[in-house]
This record gives sequence, structure tokens and C-alpha cells, in this order.
Amino acid sequence: MDIGGTLVKLVYFEPVDITAEEEQEEVENLKSIRRYLTSNVAYGKTGVRDVHLELRNMTMCGRTGNLHFIRFPTQAMPRFIQMGRDKNFSSLHTTLCATGGGAYKFENEFRMMADLELLKLDELDCLIRGLLFVDRMGFNGHPECYYFQNPSDTQSCVKKPCTLDNPFPMLLVNIGSGVSILAVYSENNYKRVTGTSLGGGTFLGLCCLLTGCETFEEALEMASKGDSTNVDKLVKDIYGGDYERFGLQGSAVASSFGHMMSKEKRDSISKEDLARATLVTITNNIGSIARMCAVNERIERVVFVGNFLRINTVSTKLLAYAMDFWSKGQLRALFLEHEGYFGAVGALMELLKPTDDL
Amino acid sequence: MAECVGVDSNTSGHSMDKSITLPPDEIFRNLENAKRFAIDIGGSLTKLAYYSTVQHKVAKVRSFDTTAKEAPNDKLYEISVQEEVTARLHFIKFENAYIETCLDFIKDHLVNTETKVIKATGGGAHKFKELIEKKLGLNVDKEDEMTCLIKGCNFVLKNIPHEAFVYARHADSEFRFQTANPDIFPYLLVNIGSGVSIVKVESEDQFERIGGSSIGGGTFWGLGALLTKTKRFDELLQLASKGQHTNVDMLVKDIYGGSYGCLGLTGDLIASSFGKSATADKEFSKEDMAKSLLHMISNDIGQLACLYAKLHNLSRVYFGGFFIRGHPVTMHTITYSINFFTKGEVQALFLRHEGYLGAIGAFLKGAEEDNPNQYSWGENYAGSSGLMSVSPDMNPMQRARSGTFPFDMLEMDRLERQLVNLPLLQDPSSYIPDTVDLTEDALARDYWLYCFEDALDGVVKRAVASQPDIPEAVVRAEKFRQKYRHKLLTLRHQPFAYGSLTVRSLLDTREHCLNEFNFPDPYSKIKQRENDMALKHYQRTVESLDALSWEDRQFALVSGVLAGNVFDWGAKAVSDVLESDPGFGFEQAKRQLEERPWLVDTYDQWLQRLKGPAHKCALFFVDNSGVDIILGVMPFVRELLSRGTEVVLASNSGPALNDVTNGELQILTERIAAMDPVLQAGLQEDRLTLVQSGSSSPCLDLSRLDKVLAMVVRERQTDLVIIEGMGRAIHTNYYATLSCESLKMAVIKNSWLADRLGGKLFSVVFKYEVPLGKVHHNGATLMLS
Repeated sequence: MDIGGTLVKLVYFEPVDITAEEEQEEVENLKSIRRYLTSNVAYGKTGVRDVHLELRNMTMCGRTGNLHFIRFPTQAMPRFIQMGRDKNFSSLHTTLCATGGGAYKFENEFRMMADLELLKLDELDCLIRGLLFVDRMGFNGHPECYYFQNPSDTQSCVKKPCTLDNPFPMLLVNIGSGVSILAVYSENNYKRVTGTSLGGGTFLGLCCLLTGCETFEEALEMASKGDSTNVDKLVKDIYGGDYERFGLQGSAVASSFGHMMSKEKRDSISKEDLARATLVTITNNIGSIARMCAVNERIERVVFVGNFLRINTVSTKLLAYAMDFWSKGQLRALFLEHEGYFGAVGALMELLKPTDDL
Repeated sequence: MAECVGVDSNTSGHSMDKSITLPPDEIFRNLENAKRFAIDIGGSLTKLAYYSTVQHKVAKVRSFDTTAKEAPNDKLYEISVQEEVTARLHFIKFENAYIETCLDFIKDHLVNTETKVIKATGGGAHKFKELIEKKLGLNVDKEDEMTCLIKGCNFVLKNIPHEAFVYARHADSEFRFQTANPDIFPYLLVNIGSGVSIVKVESEDQFERIGGSSIGGGTFWGLGALLTKTKRFDELLQLASKGQHTNVDMLVKDIYGGSYGCLGLTGDLIASSFGKSATADKEFSKEDMAKSLLHMISNDIGQLACLYAKLHNLSRVYFGGFFIRGHPVTMHTITYSINFFTKGEVQALFLRHEGYLGAIGAFLKGAEEDNPNQYSWGENYAGSSGLMSVSPDMNPMQRARSGTFPFDMLEMDRLERQLVNLPLLQDPSSYIPDTVDLTEDALARDYWLYCFEDALDGVVKRAVASQPDIPEAVVRAEKFRQKYRHKLLTLRHQPFAYGSLTVRSLLDTREHCLNEFNFPDPYSKIKQRENDMALKHYQRTVESLDALSWEDRQFALVSGVLAGNVFDWGAKAVSDVLESDPGFGFEQAKRQLEERPWLVDTYDQWLQRLKGPAHKCALFFVDNSGVDIILGVMPFVRELLSRGTEVVLASNSGPALNDVTNGELQILTERIAAMDPVLQAGLQEDRLTLVQSGSSSPCLDLSRLDKVLAMVVRERQTDLVIIEGMGRAIHTNYYATLSCESLKMAVIKNSWLADRLGGKLFSVVFKYEVPLGKVHHNGATLMLS
């Protein structure tokens, strides 16, 4: 599992090649957990299994099975730990591999409450390992990776699958609550270039404050209906058109939320417009920083991952456009279908790593 | 992303305020000669610029015709006060609400009608275009904002020492001013208006917008207003300064429980701005949200600025725009961000006159035919308000209620000459003229401020006495007193108001204030009398020196310069003596001097050096009139000439205290030459040259000297620089390192300073230095600290 600032990502490998003897030996407890996880798509009020992401009949360390992807809010961690205690996870003698900040934050509670020892793993190590693994495996016969063709034209912009055949070097932009930007030169050789605190958490946080919404889905739903140009001040709002001296198009945003300096405009603005502007502001800013890092690090391939991009085509298209436009076609933005789950996959791989005594 | 200065003006809800009357003595001065107007109208503030000529009195000296029969009894030369016209730039900043009042005022006082056009820039310029054209009858000619901004920025960086500063909120002095690097290019200007523009400036005319961001001041204002229901920008900043961002932001420790050790991310680092408001179901305070927003925006801008600075390999990054403009809160957060992202490699720099850049640039655009960039300009301390004055940027709400008209001014004088570095400075970019920075040294600051206040009565008395035939001089002198006392009071509270506070800046401010009230040279008559008296002793002094052995004479010459330097009206300890005993003589002064070894004593090395080959050319920065120049310096010069060394005597262009001016020195030198064949020959053979320093200060800034002086120094292959006196060799240049031999000579005529340096009153500083590694001709290497 990968315990982030906002979401917990959990991957579960369900072996389908269980032999009869194995079935015999399997303790009842484990069976019941498997049944619980695989027969439901929602857990409690907030847990969700992303069925559409399930990787079927895949091979992991010599076993065949299905990989399930489950997420729930970090806020529900205490309840999760409670469940671990109730279901007596500790009796299974399995190791729970955990990454993300929460692996550290909740380590004690796991131990005290549920008698569970966490195997803590570095989140960036896990992220890269998981990403490369899933990309190699593919997505049930399709490529895991995709990009947008014609990103600058909303009419003809289409999602195209592709492969990360020769992935290095890549600039990996992980957009969770905050953002980390990594330059990756090989599976084990990478550096964190920078990060920004303006990430998914900022989008949701501001949306909650501005519109009273409560969930990411709600916020995105509103954003999809809004128009940010009612909120943002564009170059043409100031100069009447393009600012030619600097080659700035009139349609470029000059000041995010700039119109909101005016009371009249504040009074007449819709929640949808505010949500959209928040989304566009955060996305553009990430794009801008990512682009600068790519130029500074001399890397042309920019891979965006993280749960901020889940069901968020506004942002993915905007990022694709921003990379293409500002680099004059030099940079290409790539995305992955399993957006936010790579850290958890990477952690799982640690568990399945062949050890010497095997 | 491009909007530089302008912000949406209708948000500030300006109503025209015409009930206010303007203080005509203080604002829009010299309008009657004004021409070439420029205006920069921002979201809430208007900056008006104009050029005027200022008539003020200057003291001139003129030699009497010595061949004429009616040689005046005992006067050496004639002092006359003449009217001189100098050029001045005026910049005034006020709230947009007063724009109509101001335009009316200008129309009423504007005599000169040659002006047809007013250059305009800023986001609000179009809104007031009609009003300006109607009121002033001038055509509004709009100029590109960014071009104006850059032009203005270049201008202040070049002409105002201590323009740029580093902000450190918790340091002893919040403002750390940067020494003016003569080479200002290239630099990065990050202008934070509604949005952010990042501009790389490579030369006077060459700049490029290399990037920007839409997250800027407008985002802080707009988003802040939505979140907190607070309308005004200033109020939002106020809120932010009281908030706790950790209640709203998700920190690294909120995710990890502590720090993220392996990446070196500390627990207090913000992982996700506003991250807590996404998960916690509670109310957030306005203050906390405003603070979080301020951090978010400042960090983001800082990060982008660093990325661009790195990409373009630039280390000088200046920040400006209404988001920054004098607000300690934003200067602090931006500084913090830059330090974080560059690990201290790049410093965030701010500008004292940041708010005026657009107006200055627009003005310069309109004045191109006058070639303002060909001249050097100097900040007039008397006419400028200084940083964080009762400035319109600050607390406009409170002030509006008080009914006063808030404004801020900057005045720049066109200097008669172009000022350049002394070519002999070891490293011009690290040269700092001043020995003690009073901004940072609180004890010294208290002392000197007290000292200047204490001396004020005497200066006023002297000023009145210098104009005995003009009854209203008393009134003017009183006005001078008030103005200077007010400046001292301001400096007590805001030592950073005009850049680093130094003894030099205190002295210069006093000179500027004296000039402001037409006391161009309060010491002219004293100087005249003392010069006259000293001249009478010249021949005898030279004769007695000539009677000495070579070695004794060298020492007597040095003692002579030092004893002469005791005669200084600028030092209270001495002026008290001179006031009570006008007959105080050269010999008495010699007896006051400290016995060797002196406080700083490298006389033996100097003597040793004199036994070697003569210097090619000596540049001598002289100090006082009277005994000092005539009986101290001139015999010393005579000896140098006799050795075969050419001498360049550098004296002030304009008066300051009893320092000898170039005009006076011309006459004195002629008189002495008439008595002394050595000097006569020197003058005739062009081996003795008089030049102006370009300054009117009792101190000396070797980075702002007359271009002609620099040329002469270079042509003559000057290999010795002599600096004399407390103002030039101790208050300034004590630590200056030159690329040739130098000699600093002074008598400490202030017991506090003497105490500080470990000496006593009338202690002697004799500092002969040879640059490291320079071997002089007789083979010995002198390595002196």
C-alpha cells in the first residue's frame, strides 16, 4: 500500500493458479479477506476498487493472478487499522509493505492497534519501480502509456496509446497532494529535481473553500462545466489583444483569478467557473514548472502520473498542450493509465522480490 | 502574464477627492520651469515625473586683478553669490483618488507652455487619458510598460548608490544595501503585478521577456478576496501577517509524521498548499487562509524565478511590482523562497525606488533628445522622501481619515559632470566608500545622529552669519534647521531611508538641505580669511623647511600636513577652539598632535620608499582651506615636484564645510606660484595639475569621480594616491584598496571616533600601503596590512 497525504492506494494480488493443496492449507482468514476484496467494488463509505484498472491474468514472480487496485482516503486510515485488528491480519504472518509518508506516520498505530509490522519503503523508489513494471506488463494487452495527438487543437486532439520502449531519461512528474519532479536515468538512478506545494491537494482544498464541494469527483464535475475566463484575466483583457512586444497571445492567462479583484465580478461568479479556474491555474503552473525542469535537465520526455490526473481529462489535455506549445513541439507529455497506483505496485514488488532463501 | 504595473483600478473604488489642498512648498516643486511630463498610472497609485530647472545660489570666487592699482586692502579674492541653473528630475507618487486635484494644481502653476506631450504608461493610463488631456492641454502619448520599467530600472541602478537591497526581517538591520556595481548588466527583473513577468536585461536597449506566470499579485488579491471577503490588497496583507499557514497547509510532517529524511525535506515544509482544507471538515480563519495563500504565491514565484535564473545563468535577480512595493511581508516571503530554492546561491534583491521605475522610464523615453543618459544624476536627499516615508503605499485607510495629502517624492539632480570610478581601485565591484555602516551599527548610529543634532545650532548660526546683509536669511536658516532636524528624526527611526546610513550620508544630507535654502557656502568668508592669513606664512614655512636636512624635512612635511589638517570647521572639537581663539596657529596645532608612534604609523616605510626612485605621478585628494592646504599640503606638493613627481591636486567641485573648492584652489595656487618658483615651474611645465573631484561632499566616494579626473589619472600613469583628512581617509576609504601605492593621512578630531579606533583626540593616522605583490623599484617588497 501507498499511504499518501490525501489517498491510500492499495494493490492486491489475487493468485488464480491456486492448487488444491494450497487451497487446503490456506487459512480461513485469508480466504475471507480475498472474498471481501474481490467480491466488492466499494468498501465502507469511501473505499473504492477501480475495476477498470484491474490487471488480469498477469504473472508476478512465477504466479499468475489478477492485480486489484483499491483506494480510500487517508482520513480513513484509523478505521482501516481497526479493520486489520478486527480481521486479525497479524495472524496471517504476511508482511504489509507500505510506502508513502503514511508508512512512517502510521507505523506506530499499526504496531499498537493491529500488531502489524510495516515494511517501510521509500516512495520514490517504489514509484519508479512500479511504473516501469506496469509499463512492461502492459494493460491487459494494450499499452499502459498514452499521449495526445494534436494537443494544440481541441477539435482534433485525440488520445493515442504508445509504449515507453526506451524510457530513459524521463522527467517524472508525480502529482499527488503536492508535486514531486524526478529526473530518471535508469531504474535505480534518479534524482528529485524539485517539487511544488501547488498540487492536487491545493486544487481540492481551494475548491472546497470556494465552492463548498466535498469530493474530488464533485470538484472535477463542476470544473468540467465552468469557464475560467470569467475568473482569470487574460492578456486581451489588459491589452485589448495580443501583447505583441512579448509575443503573448491575447488568449493567454495574464493573471489567475485576476478578475476576482473586482467586487462586481466576485458577486456574479458561478461555482463552476471558480472550480474550472482553480483547476486550470494549478495545472498550468505544474506544466510551467515541469517544462522549466525539462529544459534545465535537458530531458525531452515528460511523464505525468499521480491521482490528480484521475478522471481529469481537462488537466491531461492542458498539460499536453502546455508542453507542446511552450516548447514549440520539443517536449512531449506522456500519461499512464494507472495514474496514482505505481507507488503501491512498487511496494508490492518488494514483497514478491525473490530472496536468497528461496 | 504580461501586465506589469497596472491592476484593475475599479476595484479600489476610487472616488475623486477634491477637498484636499496641496502643500505648495513641498509638492510639485519648481513647476514654473517644468517641462517634459510623464505619468505612470497604476491600479491605485499615480506617479508623475517632470523635468525642471532649479535656480539656486552658488558661491563663486574670482581673483582680483593683481596688477590693478586699486588692489583691495587685504582680500585675496572676491566672493560673489551667483544664480546658477541646474537641472532636476521630480517624481511624485500619490493615490489615484487625488489625480484631478493634482492636475488642477499643475495647470495653475505651470508657466512654461512649450510642452505639448505627456508620456504615459501603466495600466490606468487609458482610463485617465481624457482627463489629463482636458486638464493640462497636453497630448497623452502612451509608452510600453515593460520598456519604461526596464529603462527606469537601468537608470536607478546606474545613478543611485545603494539602490538595491537584500531584505532580512530578523537581522539587526532589515535592509542590507548592495554596493553599486558599475556593471549593472545582465540581470533578471521579476515584476509581480497582477501576473508575473520575468525579464532578462542584457544592456540598455536589449531585454527579453523570458517567462512569466499567471499566479501573481492579482491571484493573491482575487483569490484572497474570495476566500476572506476582504476587499483591499493592503488588508489582505495585514491578515496574512497575522495568520498561521500550518493550519491550512499540509506539511511534510502531516504526511510523514516527521521529516522526509532521505530527501532532506524538513517536516515544516509545505507539501500541499491548502491541503488541509481538502480533508479537514472545519472552518478556517481568514488570517490563516491569507497567510497560506501568500506563502503559496511567493513560493511559486520564487521557484520560477530560480528556474529561470539557473537556465540563463544569472545571479542578480531584482523583484518589483505592486505585490512587492515596500511591503515587508512579501519581501520576506519572496526572500525566504529564493533562499530555499537556490540554497543561498541567488539573493532576492529589491529596489528603493521600485515604485518609480515606470514613471522614470516613461520620462526618459520622452527626454531622449536631452540625452539624460549622458549625464550622471544624484539623489537629492533634501527633496526625496526616502524609503518607507509617510508613503501612500502604507495604510491608506488610516491616512485618508486624517485629511492630509499623502505623497512620496524622489528628486534627482543632474550633476555637472559625468561620474566614473577611479581607475586605480583594486576591485570596483567590491569597493565600499564608507568605513562604518550606521544602519548596522546601532551604537555608532546613536552617537552620530546625536552629534549632528548637537552641531545643528552651530551650523544654523554659521549659515546666518554667512549672509549678514540679507535679513531674511534668519528665516531661511530656521527652515533649514527644521528640515534637517526632521531628516535626522526620520533617520533615527528609519536608518535605511536613503540607503546605508553613514557619516557621509549625514554630511551630504546637510549640504543638500543647506543648498535647498540657499546657503550655498556658509564658510566662504571664513575660508577667505584663513586662506589669506595662511598665505602670509607660506614663504617663511617653506624657508624653514628648506633649512632642514633631507630626512628631517620629510618628517616636517608630514607633520605639516597633519597639523594643517587640525584646522577643520567640520569637527566640533576644533571649531570650538577656532571660534574662541581665532589666532590659533600652525605651531600650536603641531603641538596638539600625538607623538610618534602614531595610532596608525607606517611612516618608516614611507620614508624608506622616499629614498627610492620618485613616483611618476601623485594624485592628492585635498581637504580644508587655509593652513591645511597652504601650509600643510602645498609644501608637501612642492617636495614631490622637486623629486620629479608630477602632482594632480583633486579638490571639490562645490563647497562643503571649509573644504577648499577647485575654484578657490585655482586662485591660491596662482598666488603661491607667484611666490614660489618650484610651483611656478610645475604649473608652467604642466607637471602640477588641478582637477575637480566632481563632488561637493566632505567625504569621498572613489566610485563617483569626475570623468576628467579619471582621464588625467590614466594619462599620467598615476602611481601614488594621497588622501587627506578625516572625512576622506577615515569616515570613507579607510579600508579602500588601490592598485597602486597609497597614503592616507588624517588627524582624528573626534574623541568618540578616536576612542573607537583605540586612540585619543588628535591621534594620527598615517597609513602608507603598497598593493600586495607589487615590488617597487629599489627591489623591496612592502607588505603592509
